[in-house]
Amino acid sequence: MWPSSLVYSPLKNNMTKIDQFNIVIKGVGGQGLITLLQVIAEAAFSEGYEVKTSELHGLSQRGGSVDVHVRFGKKIYSPLIGRGKADLILGLEMQEALRGLYFANSKTKFLINKQIMPIPMAKSTSEQEMMNIFSKSLKNTVVVPAAEICQKNLGTSVVSGIYLVSLAVFQGFIPLKPASVIAAIKKVIAPKYFDLNKKTFDLAEQYGKK
Amino acid sequence: MTKELLSSDSGKKAILLGNEAAIRGALEAGVQFVSTYPGTPASEIGNIFYEIQSSEDKIPSLYFEYSTNEKVAMDAAVGASYSGLKTMVAMKNFGLNVASDALLPFVYTGTVGPTVVFIADDPSCYSSAQAEENTRAFAYLSHIPVLEPADAQECKDFVKLAFQISEKYHVPVMVRTTTRVSHQKMPVVLGKLATSNSASVGKFIKDTHRFVTMPPRVLEMKDELLAKIDKIQVLGEAKQGFTLFNAAKKSAVGIITSGISHLYAMEAMQELKVSLPVLKINFFHPLPEKKIREFLKKYKKVLIVEELEPYIEKEVSRIAKDANCKAEILGKKLLPTTGEMKPEFVVEALAKVLNKKYSRQNISLNIVVPQRPPILCPGCPYWSVIAAVKSVADPKEVVFGGEIGCYMLFGHAAIGLQDYLSCMGSSVGIGHGIKKATGGRQKLIAFVGDSSFFHAGMPALVNAVFNKSNPLIIILNNETTAMTGHQPHPASVNATQPLDIETIVRACGVKYVKTIDPKNRQEFTQTVKDFLAKDEVSVIVAKQPCLFAVKK
Repeated sequence: MWPSSLVYSPLKNNMTKIDQFNIVIKGVGGQGLITLLQVIAEAAFSEGYEVKTSELHGLSQRGGSVDVHVRFGKKIYSPLIGRGKADLILGLEMQEALRGLYFANSKTKFLINKQIMPIPMAKSTSEQEMMNIFSKSLKNTVVVPAAEICQKNLGTSVVSGIYLVSLAVFQGFIPLKPASVIAAIKKVIAPKYFDLNKKTFDLAEQYGKK
Repeated sequence: MTKELLSSDSGKKAILLGNEAAIRGALEAGVQFVSTYPGTPASEIGNIFYEIQSSEDKIPSLYFEYSTNEKVAMDAAVGASYSGLKTMVAMKNFGLNVASDALLPFVYTGTVGPTVVFIADDPSCYSSAQAEENTRAFAYLSHIPVLEPADAQECKDFVKLAFQISEKYHVPVMVRTTTRVSHQKMPVVLGKLATSNSASVGKFIKDTHRFVTMPPRVLEMKDELLAKIDKIQVLGEAKQGFTLFNAAKKSAVGIITSGISHLYAMEAMQELKVSLPVLKINFFHPLPEKKIREFLKKYKKVLIVEELEPYIEKEVSRIAKDANCKAEILGKKLLPTTGEMKPEFVVEALAKVLNKKYSRQNISLNIVVPQRPPILCPGCPYWSVIAAVKSVADPKEVVFGGEIGCYMLFGHAAIGLQDYLSCMGSSVGIGHGIKKATGGRQKLIAFVGDSSFFHAGMPALVNAVFNKSNPLIIILNNETTAMTGHQPHPASVNATQPLDIETIVRACGVKYVKTIDPKNRQEFTQTVKDFLAKDEVSVIVAKQPCLFAVKK
């Protein structure tokens, strides 16, 4: 299921401390990017890393393109990730993920929700065109129908982002322990939604199995 | 709000947003009075104090209010300080423009209760339509001391420090952040909360010598203020006005920086694997000039890493000249003045200064994804207003005045109902000017939000009535301050006694006024048509709550 080049195999067994890890989350305002940022930040912090994040509020949140940044490692100064410096780009929407190229270098991994949200008054790129671009030009990309999987199994796609983050951790895309992530979810998400998010987390663990 | 914000567990680290850390700093300083008007990137200051004071965790020793505009918030803070309370007033950059009339005399009279003025700038204008403002310039205008934190920890520390300076020197102190500081998260070390379980009751002790700025006293006050600033400069020179990094390193190149740019400078050195001496400025005003002079003398080249206008660079150049120092000062030759600073700009500039090769390119594909600008939410009541207005007002004939709030998205290409956009309250004020200048020949609809109406729209409405022009003003009453996060205002669903906007408009002398639910399309459309033909000011209050306007 997963191309082996895409899995940080050493991290799966031997979680040695990394110097620095940079994640850009791209999506559309209102998709819950800040919650994901909080989850990753809390998980990294619980593992003893320095953490810095950057987010946007206000006008920029009103359904426009948004990116938020999470960085962790031994010594982190800037809250912003520089051009070409992302290790991982999490795309909650395919077109937005493509905007993340500014932060990508040849080694950057992409983990993308297979979903297109139409851009009002503009011609959106079709899902097929997107898939072609990713498979041809961005070798380190995994596109997962997170929204579809969550809708089918959990009856809602609102947790797609949590699904992607959990998946990224289970698959070694983010060098953090799954246990830290579920603890962070528990800390960040309102108690009444914890069960749904825990189910999402468990569902991500099952991805690609059986 | 992060749950740990109110934790009594001092010594513990918690991940806080810059603005949350500033709040924690205020609570650790024992703040007693907070006033604000919402505006990104400062909004969380109000949001969180409001949330705390409306919850079971309500702090008895703290009074919080959303004021109707920033000037009124500043006035309220001045009154609280005069009455001896520890006070914080928070707003975004443009808010301080509105409040500046109250700020300047306050800096002259000085404080009784220590007072912190918290201002957040928005380089790159992520949530600011009107200008890319650099509030540090208010230091020159008003002489107010200005501290510049770089990260969330410093937001907390500098707010506390600002209270201490204010307490000692009896002058309000500004803490100035930017979006990337206010909306940055990091683990912050919590200190001891200094709030109490009894209400804070101040007392205004009459002292006309102190509180009345009539000339010639006002000029004495100015001298007293300048003397205070000199003392704060001495304090800054001694320790707190700056931080030195890698001071012992032998180097031909040094860096002077402040605020968020400091983090990018450190990042750039990490990236280039160099370790250079850095003088980080904590007090933008008064600057630690002696420290700067000492620093300049040690290096052949000094790179000034500074976001927006080169205020520090100019000061450093002056200091260098006065000290006959030959160091080459580099700054805006290599770094932008427009738009926010970014880590990649600093690493590239530093590489040039050091003659190091550096290339870090990003992947680029020859694909253009269309822009996705922000737009009104699906189901927003404003869509009904848009549809009704478009059906009767021909854009070739009617001028549409825009304003600050969600409805500035009326400028979206898909909507096209915005011919000018300036600042709070100005759709009406500018509309009146256009009406007068064009002899009333051009039809004009000015859109103004409910919170904006109370903020600055009311004086403009009175002016249009008083000076007899005839714009059609559509007050978009969605019963909340939607854009900045649904804060209450005097007519909002979560106000204790909501005011009726139509009654106010009538009392201003407007004869043609109607409150209509925009979903009532026919009546709305007909009224727009009728009112556009009037030769007096007319007002439609489009009343339909925002989908997210909930009673709190």
